[in-house]
Amino acid sequence: MEEFEPKIIAFLCNWCSYAGADLAGTSRIQYAPNVRVIRVMCSGRVDPTFVIKALRAGADGVLIGGCHFGDCHYMEGNYKTARRVALLKKMLGQLGIEEERVWLEWISAAEGSHFAQVINDITAKVKELGPFARQNNS
Amino acid sequence: MEQARIGVFVCHCGVNIGAYVDVPQVVEYVKGLPNVVHAERNLFTCSEEGISAIKKAIPEYSLNRVIVASCTPRTHERLFRAACEEAGLNKYLFEFVNIRDQCSWVHMREPGKATEKAKELIKMGVAKARLLQPLEEIEIPVIPSCLVMGGGVVGISAALNLAEQGFEVHLVEKEGELGGTLLDIYKLFPTNEQASKLIGALIQKVKDHSKIKTHLSTKVKDASGFIGNFDATLDEDGKESKLKVGTIIVATGAEELKPLGQYGYGKFPNVITQLELEQRMKKEGFDGQNVVMINCVGARVPERTYCSRFCCMTAVKNATLIKESNPTSKVWLLHRDLMAYGVEFENYYRKSMEQGVRFIRYELEKLPRVIGNGKAEKVKVWHQLRGREVELSVDIVVLTTPLIPRADNEEISKMLKVPLSEQGFFLEAHLKLMPVEFATDGIYLCGSARWPTDIAEGVSQAYAAAAKAAIPMRRGYVKPEAITALVDEDKCSGCGTCEPVCPFKAIELQARDGKKVSHISEAVCKGCGTCGAACPAGAIIMNHFRDVEILAQIEALFSKSN
Repeated sequence: MEEFEPKIIAFLCNWCSYAGADLAGTSRIQYAPNVRVIRVMCSGRVDPTFVIKALRAGADGVLIGGCHFGDCHYMEGNYKTARRVALLKKMLGQLGIEEERVWLEWISAAEGSHFAQVINDITAKVKELGPFARQNNS
Repeated sequence: MEQARIGVFVCHCGVNIGAYVDVPQVVEYVKGLPNVVHAERNLFTCSEEGISAIKKAIPEYSLNRVIVASCTPRTHERLFRAACEEAGLNKYLFEFVNIRDQCSWVHMREPGKATEKAKELIKMGVAKARLLQPLEEIEIPVIPSCLVMGGGVVGISAALNLAEQGFEVHLVEKEGELGGTLLDIYKLFPTNEQASKLIGALIQKVKDHSKIKTHLSTKVKDASGFIGNFDATLDEDGKESKLKVGTIIVATGAEELKPLGQYGYGKFPNVITQLELEQRMKKEGFDGQNVVMINCVGARVPERTYCSRFCCMTAVKNATLIKESNPTSKVWLLHRDLMAYGVEFENYYRKSMEQGVRFIRYELEKLPRVIGNGKAEKVKVWHQLRGREVELSVDIVVLTTPLIPRADNEEISKMLKVPLSEQGFFLEAHLKLMPVEFATDGIYLCGSARWPTDIAEGVSQAYAAAAKAAIPMRRGYVKPEAITALVDEDKCSGCGTCEPVCPFKAIELQARDGKKVSHISEAVCKGCGTCGAACPAGAIIMNHFRDVEILAQIEALFSKSN
């Protein structure tokens, strides 16, 4: 049987984590090719329903990348993200969806290798969890 | 809405993309995507050839959306947007797909998978581009007046520069007189001129300048608004006044660390800091016989890792001045590494050695010790060259300490909504490319508020900040990015959830036909979109990152059809 290759959606904020992802590129750090990035201006833009809709549409995992606390380009957007994702994960758990499918990570523009590590880690974790039951989600 | 006609330009970026992603195959795939009426590949889309290909294709294929799949929007979006604009296409109808930094460069060993990923990323981009809307940037007038916070040498220099360009300046100083730290300093390196002479002349210029209004014993209590139109509330000894300015410069400086508990400071009266030495030299001269200076006290240590940059030269200067006034004195300078960069400082340092200042290097692992009873009497220090500890008799110990962030930095940071660094200094938007600007438009910074600087560096930064502040004031208007949020008033229930969420206070509830609705000031909104994520009614439209656009990207990735 072919090895399961998960599809992961990553919402990255323009100023920190998207820039961190670019830095991984300029540094030629190789990482798992399973992630598809959607750029947003701030992690605070990520409406929890985007995450739910991504899972429903077929994503096996979702990553939200923001700036470290204190570094947010918009002062405090990432604090709101942190609170929303905490609630979202709790809700997913109650729905019987593994919380580990949704990751929130702080990645600065200077952390290219950290970005690559996060991608490898989330990919490995989601592989371990197996495909998200997308047959029910037509 | 008219039918989307999308043109896609896939870039080889030489070998950077082309060697790992099968670009011809990607282009063939893209041609089959809905609404794509033209797809081509370019060796370098950012070259003159690539740009003219975009400008040619827009009229030729009646394109009303353009996608470039290449490097990263962070470096090249502006260029491609400009190409679209030149060809008559609203620049917000351009979409960027990153297939280099986030694809070909990071999957170099898996070209098959890199090609698949590039296809999917472009498919997502096409799905978003289909829904993109043209946006218009509004023109906001800029008041030709600047608020300069801090009346030290740096703030004064910025104020004078702007005033001489013809702009009105409000110079706010929290103390009762202008001059800042320089008022306490005796002489300046590397010229040894009197600090009071230099700062005195500048203060006089400020007093004589009709364009500068000085506010002494005054703090900026509150500031709101945005580039071009800031409202500031000043507090002068409890008396409040308001003013409107177009730009703000933060030049609030920093303060000397008082190293309580270290090397007998606070315990022995003859252990003082460099600034205290300066004050003494200025007031009554100095006639010490045996002087030991210890550098890097509280700097470049685990709890405060930064170098304060100018203090080595301060110590060298004061040591030299003591030797000059009393050639029989013994002056020892204990240091960890001596920073005497550039031509003049190195010469200055060499001269101090010729004049008999003795330098001993110490290490963090073997700190000097100050020994005494009621007052400091001896300093013991490990002498690396002699390989043993030496004992120096002292009349006075001078501790060289770094500048540290001012206590009210945090308050100012919250008020102006500008960030502080990990250490507590103000943080510029970009270390190399925007060194005197904050990410918030219209607010600039210079001098030791940002990082410890000497006078020459601080004044250079002041001129830089003034030049930057002059740009919008001279032009008379600004056009902020049109990526802002707006409210669909029919859907808005007036619950007010969005109002406290906005970090920029851009949102307020307003009365409309007997109900309350949320209103977002286009000029204040920075486009983060956090209100959009919070709105339970889905009434907030985050332009250029609308819900429908983001959801289309998600759905495109998983849809089986093209």
